[in-house]
Amino acid sequence: MTRLSRVFALMTIAILALAACGTTQGTGGKLGGTVHVLGTWSGAEKDSFDAVMKPFTDQTGVKISFEATRDIDAILQTKVAAGNPPDVTAAPGIGTLIKLVRAGKVVSLDDKLDTSQLNANYGADWINLGKVDGKLVTLYAWASLKGLVWYDPKAFQAKGYQVPKTWDELMTLQNTIKSGGGKPWCVALESQAASGWPGSDWVKEIVLSQSGATVYDNWWQGKQKWTSTEIKQAWTTWGQILGSGDSNVYGGKQYMIATTFGDGGQGLFSSPPKCYMFNQGSFITSFFDGYTPKPTAGTDYAVFPLPDVSTANAGAHVVAGDAFVMTKDTPQGRAMLKYLATAQAQDIWVKRGGGKIAINKQVSLSDYPDAISKSLAQVVVDTKIARYDAGDLMPSDMRNAYWSAVLKFVQDQTKLNTILADLDKTQTTAYASP
Amino acid sequence: MDGMTLLTARLPLLEVDWETLLTVNLPTLLFVVIGVPLVLVAYIVGFDVLVRRLPKRSQPSVRPWVWVAPAIAFVGLILVYPMIGTIVRSFFDRHGDTFVGLGNFVGLLTNQGILIVLRNNLLWLLLYPGLVLLFGLLLAVLSDRVRYEKPVKSLIFMPMAISFVAMAIIWQFMYYYRPPDVAQTGTLNAILVNIFHGQPQTWVQDSRFNNFALILIGVWGGTGFAMVILSAALKGIPAELLEAARVDGANERTIFRRIILPLMMPTIVVVGTTMVIFALKAFDVVYVMTAGNYNTDILARRMYSELYNAGNYANASALAVILLLAVVPVLIFNLRQFRAVEARR
Repeated sequence: MTRLSRVFALMTIAILALAACGTTQGTGGKLGGTVHVLGTWSGAEKDSFDAVMKPFTDQTGVKISFEATRDIDAILQTKVAAGNPPDVTAAPGIGTLIKLVRAGKVVSLDDKLDTSQLNANYGADWINLGKVDGKLVTLYAWASLKGLVWYDPKAFQAKGYQVPKTWDELMTLQNTIKSGGGKPWCVALESQAASGWPGSDWVKEIVLSQSGATVYDNWWQGKQKWTSTEIKQAWTTWGQILGSGDSNVYGGKQYMIATTFGDGGQGLFSSPPKCYMFNQGSFITSFFDGYTPKPTAGTDYAVFPLPDVSTANAGAHVVAGDAFVMTKDTPQGRAMLKYLATAQAQDIWVKRGGGKIAINKQVSLSDYPDAISKSLAQVVVDTKIARYDAGDLMPSDMRNAYWSAVLKFVQDQTKLNTILADLDKTQTTAYASP
Repeated sequence: MDGMTLLTARLPLLEVDWETLLTVNLPTLLFVVIGVPLVLVAYIVGFDVLVRRLPKRSQPSVRPWVWVAPAIAFVGLILVYPMIGTIVRSFFDRHGDTFVGLGNFVGLLTNQGILIVLRNNLLWLLLYPGLVLLFGLLLAVLSDRVRYEKPVKSLIFMPMAISFVAMAIIWQFMYYYRPPDVAQTGTLNAILVNIFHGQPQTWVQDSRFNNFALILIGVWGGTGFAMVILSAALKGIPAELLEAARVDGANERTIFRRIILPLMMPTIVVVGTTMVIFALKAFDVVYVMTAGNYNTDILARRMYSELYNAGNYANASALAVILLLAVVPVLIFNLRQFRAVEARR
């Protein structure tokens, strides 16, 4: 027996020794190593990310190991709770991140990035968007503009429609299109577990432009009731766009809730057009590229920003962008974030299209691939009131309830009061931090 | 390493990052593959030495405990301990520090939305096991009588190999909706419009039939499993018994009702109760297809959203306890039946 136990002891030591051998080695002077990134991109967006990161990997030898999920809130929270966070997380909203920041699970960037360079290259709005409780925790590497109306200029020309400059002109145009036998709008709300969000964009754009930044900020912070006059008014204004019984929208409620948001623009390009206008963020062009036949920017589609609902808040726009945070402090992660803030990185992003607009001011307008993305970059420059996507700022259960409310609203607009009262109920619990 | 490089060079499609895979995980892998069995063997051998020192009489009663102790420890650590933790949490508020008694349960059960959730769970509970058993039994009995039994059974069993999420994605194509003025690309609507000249329907969004549409996906996935087990039970019925009945002049329908069905009943009950447990666990299909919208929410998905979206551990725990309470009686019944079937063999 003693001999047997000696054999066991030796084998155990051998295994432990083997386990100790497995360490990564640096690659000739470069930083080397790997950054584990958690994000939401797939397809064309993932390809763009790869293209942006390639020079970084070439320069530093740092490899990017990317994990994609559409349910980033759950995956990130689970990973953090398990003590196994990714090095860098790129989240489309900061609702969950705020919770993690307050729980001390996110690395502050104040002393990790070159702040003076950041101040020189970034507008103050964009740096402030990255702050939680006064600490810089998130970095935005690109922006996307919401509240854009896509249309087919040929279809507009054929019918003699003019691009509306004011909200009243938009309302008139709606009626003109309807009396001509057409449908003014295409709306597509299906997005699996996130279904309803494209409609929530409509509402938040109207809130910001109709009632201004203060109401907007109070609203996403949970200090403004959903049943309040301002928020209710935004929903009824959207109801005027949809028309009673969704009569202004191609395919009615069935089409709206059953159609994937990315396919929503297809109605613009059929002949005769199924609809004349489609409201979606600047990223939608990467979906347009996937249509058959592929529409050409400029000739087949053009864009105008949603007119100001109230002239008191002229030039107000809802913007969005992926928020990069360090969920684990590693030299490789720091290097990656520093790189993402550079014009070099953002230049690659904007040149690849997909509606991404650079935040770094060193990226010149001439780098944008076509007239449309150039004009969007101009809109961002001209923006007077910029606010981040309210839904993405809300706690995730508030946001999910908001999305579900959109689906209920388009199915029966007369239930608005009940829907808003339910949202108020969620609001009272959602903002109590766990 | 060179061999691996060569391999990846020859197979450019196989872009595996061997460096990461091997350098990081190999020692861990070896440690697990060799180390864990080694520790277990050392444990058994070591304790056997101790047991042998005990008086001869008590040895037989102690030894079994030595053998089952690791299993009990693991089950205790990763199943019983969290379960008790969940039950305790369900009686505290969402911060986990104030005792609220049954407050969470009352709050949940008086919520308007929960009635629809419970109704949907009931639908799943009745329809999913019912349809799976019905189709499984039908296919088992019918395929038993044809020459091409094996290919048929293989085909029907195949969805078992697909995860629920992948099934949901596949069925999205079946249920796909396009407006009436364009050609239908979803299978179901194409049939409805082209053969029956009906209006296309939003199968997944329309509250009149979306729950049935979702349950059908589960049934499609579960039927193969039921069929295989029921078919094995069917083949276990002695041919002489059926022969004797036929000689006595019983027709096939009587034979099925009076001989085959009673003999298969214990297996049917085991499969049925297993399916009931599956129905209570149902989550993936609803999560992927509707995220609980359009009146299709079920308990497990609601628990998930309470946990990950709301971060409300109190409500999530209470929902878990409700599910647990529903599952336990079925589980006990299932185990008893299973034992009865085994005893009869």
